[in-house]
Amino acid sequence: MKEIVLIKNGEIALKGLNRRSFEDQLIRNMKRRLQPLGHFKIHNAQSTLCVEPLEEGIDLDEAVCRLQKVFGIAALCRALSVPKDFAVIKQEGPRYLAGILNNVRTFKVEAKRSDKSFPMKSPEICREFGGVLLEAFPHLRVDVRHPDVTVMVEIRDFNAYIHAGSLPGAGGIPVGTGGKALLLISGGIDSPVAGYMMSKRGLSLHAVHFVSPPYTSGRAREKVETLCEKMAAYCGTITFHCVPFTEIQEAIRDHCPEELFTIIMRRLMMKIAQRIAAEEGALALVTGESMGQVASQTLSAIVCTDDVCEMPVLRPVIGMDKGEIVAIARKIDTFETSILPYEDCCTVFTPKHPRTRPKLEAVRAAEAQFDFAPMLEEAIRNTERLIKEAEE
Amino acid sequence: MIQMQQTMEQTQTRETTQTYLDNSATTRVCTEAAQAALRAMTEEYGNPSSLHSMGMEAEKLVTQARKSLVKLLGGNGELVFTSGATESNNLALFGAAEAGKRRGNRIVISAVEHPSVAETALALEKQGFSVIRIPPRPDGNFCAEDFTAAVDDQTILLSCMMVNNETGARLPVEKIADATKRINPDTIIHIDAVQAFGKIPFSADKAGFDLVSISGHKIYAPKGVGGLYIRKGIRILPRTYGGGQERGLRPGTESVPLIAAFAAAAECCHSEMQKKNAEYEMLNRMLRERLKDMPAICINSPEGAVPYILNLSVSGIRSEIMLHYLEQAGIYVSSGSACSKGAASPVLTAMNLPRDRADSALRISFGRYNIPADICRLTERLEEGITRLAKRR
Repeated sequence: MKEIVLIKNGEIALKGLNRRSFEDQLIRNMKRRLQPLGHFKIHNAQSTLCVEPLEEGIDLDEAVCRLQKVFGIAALCRALSVPKDFAVIKQEGPRYLAGILNNVRTFKVEAKRSDKSFPMKSPEICREFGGVLLEAFPHLRVDVRHPDVTVMVEIRDFNAYIHAGSLPGAGGIPVGTGGKALLLISGGIDSPVAGYMMSKRGLSLHAVHFVSPPYTSGRAREKVETLCEKMAAYCGTITFHCVPFTEIQEAIRDHCPEELFTIIMRRLMMKIAQRIAAEEGALALVTGESMGQVASQTLSAIVCTDDVCEMPVLRPVIGMDKGEIVAIARKIDTFETSILPYEDCCTVFTPKHPRTRPKLEAVRAAEAQFDFAPMLEEAIRNTERLIKEAEE
Repeated sequence: MIQMQQTMEQTQTRETTQTYLDNSATTRVCTEAAQAALRAMTEEYGNPSSLHSMGMEAEKLVTQARKSLVKLLGGNGELVFTSGATESNNLALFGAAEAGKRRGNRIVISAVEHPSVAETALALEKQGFSVIRIPPRPDGNFCAEDFTAAVDDQTILLSCMMVNNETGARLPVEKIADATKRINPDTIIHIDAVQAFGKIPFSADKAGFDLVSISGHKIYAPKGVGGLYIRKGIRILPRTYGGGQERGLRPGTESVPLIAAFAAAAECCHSEMQKKNAEYEMLNRMLRERLKDMPAICINSPEGAVPYILNLSVSGIRSEIMLHYLEQAGIYVSSGSACSKGAASPVLTAMNLPRDRADSALRISFGRYNIPADICRLTERLEEGITRLAKRR
């Protein structure tokens, strides 16, 4: 008898022949997040994963909390695992459910019998176990239509499971099943959300951040590293690339028209990002751009930045309002960090009146006034590479 | 103990690559203070409230520290130990307002107070007290008459800092206290002496200060300890309640190690005050002399400011950028405002400095470990920064 966690995987169940590889990835991702908490066994039983702690004193609350952030899980529930013996179920069930049942008035019992050799049929299990609970908790009433709590008894291949209600999972598909992408992260609210959303669709992430000391402070970079650690609770390990960008920004300032500063800066960032992506085997870039939010995120501006992009640029928050983005940022706990007021490279030298509808030809011409290539090489050569894991 | 001395010596040598010119933000703990703390943590570690001899030993440390600090403050009253000057200022303002609210409801402060006074006054204003804020004259200095003009028979509290933390301006607190007492002897005079205690001489009782806030970590003691001096006969009410320690005004087990360190550091500061001030004068003169050759720089500290704080603006270069540029060379100073996104310093704004000058302000503050070579390093790097960082368009 011990408490375990049952995992219902969502979309994976719909996959065809490659379902197995999705499940294996999910199990790997779960194991990585659980491993610091102790020894667990994860086994697969009829489209449900069973997470079983193998040590005494494991913090199951924390385990559930972590699993709720693993993509590929639709729902999870804590359950009591008991031998398939109704006498044991009868004896242990009420004690396990007391915490929940003491706080509600009505309930019903549902049973699922996938092991057809079990002597009692489902309706009989419901009736009998319902009776046991009514006896143990005299304040309870049965309500089959709108119960406060639905108690489940599942008779499966090796064990029986008793639980009452499930918790929502993070949804999506397991990180790592969809290949690698490189996220451009500035430290604002939008980019962590964009990264989260693409990870949710199975991509594993690298992140690239540009620093311009002394125009940007060490705290701005530290903030981005913290954001990566927070995202990693959902996105898994993030490889963080930090690009020294001061000289490039100074060169743009000194050699290009002021009103095109931001757009040229973004083009050069994209160029560097693509090089890093290619070196790391990432197939796409991810940005937190939201249409029309700032001058560099108008359609004309995006045309100008995409002009230098040879790989796809994924923009998952492009059609979202700030409020919608903020809601997700709060949910994934990056918001409070994102709003720390440190100068980032995007706000250094920003023109007073940036061009909102830049013409591609004019931008190309302005950029061509200076040979940035050696500086880009230098920046890539001096890029720092760090591995960011979720905060413990 | 020997080991600690060694580590401290090591840090001392390592410091050659570091030029710490942010001593008004905080200071490096002096050996005397660190040793006093270590002793109180590892040897005389009893609880001062315990009845046994170990408790008594610890209590003795606290009593001695209190006596010594009260003497250095030039007082004859009580000193309540707190967690730092923010708590001291809160206790002073809330405590005096609460105790005096039946006598009147006016509170007079300067417009350049530290947030721990300014924000507390704002909170009192929301409770219904009327708060008068006295701005500086155009030259950045304050006139005692401006304060006394605001004091009436309803004024229960006057709170004023002795030295401004950003500009080093000296406020005429002695004159203000004296004139205020003539108009309304019941007005409680609170002086925030955080940037003055241990650095310039004053005598709290003689000057007529009723409450004086002081802080440990600005004078080479560890962070986390401060005090509020309360003149004999002055009554304020507590903000926290508990086991009656510190005359019931600040209950909680006394932090004996920090308190012992505070007193040890203050003793050091006072014994070398004259000598150090002469040094600061010299460093200040030297810095001003060198800055004269840099047209991009203007001085914001007013005439008569203390020698250990110099506030300046570097035309066209935001504080934060120059700060980080200096930092790259191991030179540490402080900026007026935290960030270009943040508001400009209210102190510089109150002095009527134009916004761009407030946005490019830097504060250089000297401490006991600074030497003339630090000034050279600073000015050389400043000069480099001006050429390198100025927008060329």
